[in-house]
Amino acid sequence: MVKPRPVYLNLLQIRQPVPAIVSILHRISGALLFLFIPLLLYLLQATLVSPDVAAAYYGVLAHPIVKIVLLVLLWAYLHHICAGVRHLIFDLHIGTALAPARASSMAVLVISVVLTIIVAVRLW
Amino acid sequence: MVRQAPEDAPSSTGGSLRTEPGGPPKRVLVGAHYGARDWLMQRLTATVMAAYTLLLVIAVATLPQVDLMHWRALWSQPWMRYVSFLFLMCVFYHAWIGVRTILMDYVHHTGLRLFLYGVVVLALVAYAAWSIQILWSV
Repeated sequence: MVKPRPVYLNLLQIRQPVPAIVSILHRISGALLFLFIPLLLYLLQATLVSPDVAAAYYGVLAHPIVKIVLLVLLWAYLHHICAGVRHLIFDLHIGTALAPARASSMAVLVISVVLTIIVAVRLW
Repeated sequence: MVRQAPEDAPSSTGGSLRTEPGGPPKRVLVGAHYGARDWLMQRLTATVMAAYTLLLVIAVATLPQVDLMHWRALWSQPWMRYVSFLFLMCVFYHAWIGVRTILMDYVHHTGLRLFLYGVVVLALVAYAAWSIQILWSV
């Protein structure tokens, strides 16, 4: 007799371990950063072309939605770097056992959020 | 890529290549190795980007005053231009490998996936041209 096998897994009902959350956030943050490259290049250009454009850019920056977008992108960048450094360390065969891998994934989550807050406070 | 094992395989692999002595040779599966190249380039570009990020933080932190004038002055220096150019090229190469991987995972319709590859590559090449324009106009 053929046993019924699970053909559909509801990812939202499975309690994901922290490394899995860091992993999917690595992907989501990378995708976000890719999608917002034009905005970031535009903002860089705006701060560099001329003082009047830069002054107008300050007005754009002050908009709450732009601030939230930039804050999310800042977090995405920092999370992606931290998770990436964790991968580079794994590549050196360091911390690949279950316990240190869990600890480092938690560290990635915490450090990226703390760094985001520090940079955000310094910038605004 | 599937390659047929040679009939007279060297003795070191000859035994494992055959299902049984004298039987038909097993097919040997070998990759095109672009996976290893992507893996290596993803890490190389990541290292460059991480180093640049630290450099930029130090450069901004050591500005006499953080305002638009000093910010512009920083970006108008030739070394900053070339280092930033290198950084942005790494960003675009890194983004290509990452986005390609994401598309491979989620877009199963071959035609649509190839179309999206094209869109992403064209966008990244355009961003590269735009980056040069930005960096060399300061």
